[in-house]
Amino acid sequence: MSPNAVPPAPEFALAVTGLGKQFTLHVQGGVVLPVLSGMNLEVAPGECVALNGPSGAGKSSLLRLVYGNYRAQKGSIRVRHRGQVVDVATATPQKILELRRHTLGYVSQFLRVIPRVPAIDVVAEPARAVGMSLAEAEHRAERLLSRLRIPERLWSLPPATFSGGEQQRINLARGFVVDFPVLLLDEPTAALDADNRRTVMALIAEAKGRGAALLGIFHDAEVREAVADRVIAMRPPAMAA
Amino acid sequence: MMAATPLLQVRGLTRRYGARIGCRDVSFDLWPGEVLGIVGESGSGKTTLLKCLSAQLEPDAGQVVYATRDEGPRDIFALSEPRRRLLMRTDWGIVHQHPVEGLRMGVSAGANVGERLMAVGARNYGRIRASALDWLGRVEIARDRIDDMPRTFSGGMLQRLQIARNLVSSPRLVFMDEPTGSLDVSVQARLLDLLHGLVADLGLSVVVVTHDLAVARLLAHRLMVMRAGSVVEEGLTDQVLDDPQHAYTQLLVASILHP
Ligand SMILES: Nc1ncnc2c1ncn2[C@@H]1O[C@H](COP(=O)(O)OP(=O)(O)OP(=O)(O)O)[C@@H](O)[C@H]1O
Ligand SMILES: Nc1ncnc2c1ncn2[C@@H]1O[C@H](COP(=O)(O)OP(=O)(O)O)[C@@H](O)[C@H]1O
Ligand SMILES: [Mg+2]
Ligand SMILES: [Mg+2]
Repeated sequence: MSPNAVPPAPEFALAVTGLGKQFTLHVQGGVVLPVLSGMNLEVAPGECVALNGPSGAGKSSLLRLVYGNYRAQKGSIRVRHRGQVVDVATATPQKILELRRHTLGYVSQFLRVIPRVPAIDVVAEPARAVGMSLAEAEHRAERLLSRLRIPERLWSLPPATFSGGEQQRINLARGFVVDFPVLLLDEPTAALDADNRRTVMALIAEAKGRGAALLGIFHDAEVREAVADRVIAMRPPAMAA
Repeated sequence: MMAATPLLQVRGLTRRYGARIGCRDVSFDLWPGEVLGIVGESGSGKTTLLKCLSAQLEPDAGQVVYATRDEGPRDIFALSEPRRRLLMRTDWGIVHQHPVEGLRMGVSAGANVGERLMAVGARNYGRIRASALDWLGRVEIARDRIDDMPRTFSGGMLQRLQIARNLVSSPRLVFMDEPTGSLDVSVQARLLDLLHGLVADLGLSVVVVTHDLAVARLLAHRLMVMRAGSVVEEGLTDQVLDDPQHAYTQLLVASILHP
C-alpha cells in the first residue's frame, strides 16, 4: 500500500443525494410547505443512523421518501437492491414494490392491514412474499411474536382491536420477519414498555450484525445512544435558513 | 410479478355518449399479477372505462391490446366477435356494479357458479358441484343455499355469488366495478383477504373500480384517479393516497376520514 492511499469507502446500502421535498397544498389555496432541501446522507451495511430533531423537522417524511411513499421533487435516493442500484425517486411503481418486497423494510407508526386476518398471518406475510415456505414463515413469525411478548392467545386474532403497544409490536415483527438489507424505523419504541424496548434494541443489534443498514427515528435518548452509530440532526426548514 | 409484456396495453381510450364524455384519452399498462384501482367521484367515467376495457362497450377511439395465451398481444376490438366471446369466457371475469347484470336470475346459485365451469369445458357433474360448493364457502354463502334461486338472496349475497361465479373458472384477468360497495364491513374484509390471496398465489390481474379509498389501499398496487372522464393522476397506491399531487386527488383524500 502506498503511503497516501486511502482505504476504500464502504459501499453504501442507501445513499440520499440532494434530496428536495415540498408539499403544495392545493386545497389550502396552493400554500407551499418546504420540508427538505439539499439533503445528503449515506448508510453503510451494518450501520444504524439516527435522525434527530424537533417535531416537524421532516424526519418521518425522509423515511417515507426513502420507502417511496412520498414523491421527491429533487435529488436521488439510491438503494442497493440485489446487486443493482435503484433510484427510488425515479423508479416505476413495479420496481418500488419489488424493492419493498426484498430490500426495504419499514416499521411505521400505524398498522394498516386487511381486517379479519390473524396476527400470525399478518406477521408471516412479508416472509411468504419473498418465497419462504409456509412452515418457515410461520416459525419465524411465532419466534418474533414470542420475543416481543405478544401472548399466544392473541396470535390467531386480527390485530385491529389490539392496544397501541401491541399493534406497534405486530408492526415490528413484520419488519424483522424478513432479513431486509435496509430497514427504516419510525419511532419503533414509542409505545413500548422497558422489557420490549430492550427486545427492540436487541433486534436492531442483530440486524446490524447480519449487515443490515438501518435508518431510524428514536425519540428515546437511551435507545438512540444504544443503537445508533451516527446521529444526523435535522431542523425544520424555516429555522434552517 | 414482472413478465416481459404487459397483460393489457391501453392507449387513447375514448368513449362519448352524444355530446357527453364518458371517458377520454385513457392510456395505461397492466402487468400480470397486478391490481389496478380506479377511483374518482360519481359520474367521473369509471364504469364507462371498465366497460370499454372489458369489451362490453365499444370505444369511439383507442385500443385495448390483450396478451392472448396463443397469439400474443391482440387488439380486442379487432378480433372477430366469436373469438372475443371465447376470450371473455376463458380468460376474463367481469364483476358488475349491479349483481343482477352479472348473474342468471332464472337458475339456482349452484348453477350460476357451475355454468362458468361448463363454459370452459368441465363436464363431470360431481366435480362441478363440489367446486361450486367450495366457492360458495369461500364467499361465505351457506352450503344449504346452493339450490336456492338468486332472487331469494340479499343484495350483499348476490354480489358474493357474482364474485364466486367469476372466480371459479380461474380467469387471468378480472374486471370489478365496486365489488364491495354493497357488502357489510365484515364480509368485505373476508373478500379483500380472498382477493389478496388469489392475486398473491395465482398471479391474478385485476382492474377494480371503487369509491372506497381504504379498499383501494388494501387491494390495489397502483391507482388511477379519474375526474370528468380523464385520468388526473396515477401511481403507486400509497403514494397517490399519502402524497397526492393533483388538486382533485388532494380534495378526494381530504374528504375521507381514514383513507
Ligand atoms: N348509457 C349512457 N348514456 C348516456 N350517458 C351515460 C351513459 N352511461 C354513462 N353516462 C354518462 O357518462 C358519464 C360517466 O358515467 P359512468 O357510469 O362511467 O360513471 P362512474 O364513474 O362509473 O360513476 P358511479 O361512481 O356513479 O358509478 C356520466 O356523466 C354519465 O351520466
Ligand atoms: N402528506 C403530507 N402532506 C402535507 N404535509 C405533510 C405531509 N407529511 C408531512 N407533512 C408536513 O411536513 C413537515 C414534516 O413532517 P414530518 O416529516 O412528519 O416531521 P417529523 O417526523 O420530523 O416530526 C410537517 O410540517 C408536516 O406537517
Ligand atoms: Mg415523525
Ligand atoms: Mg359506476
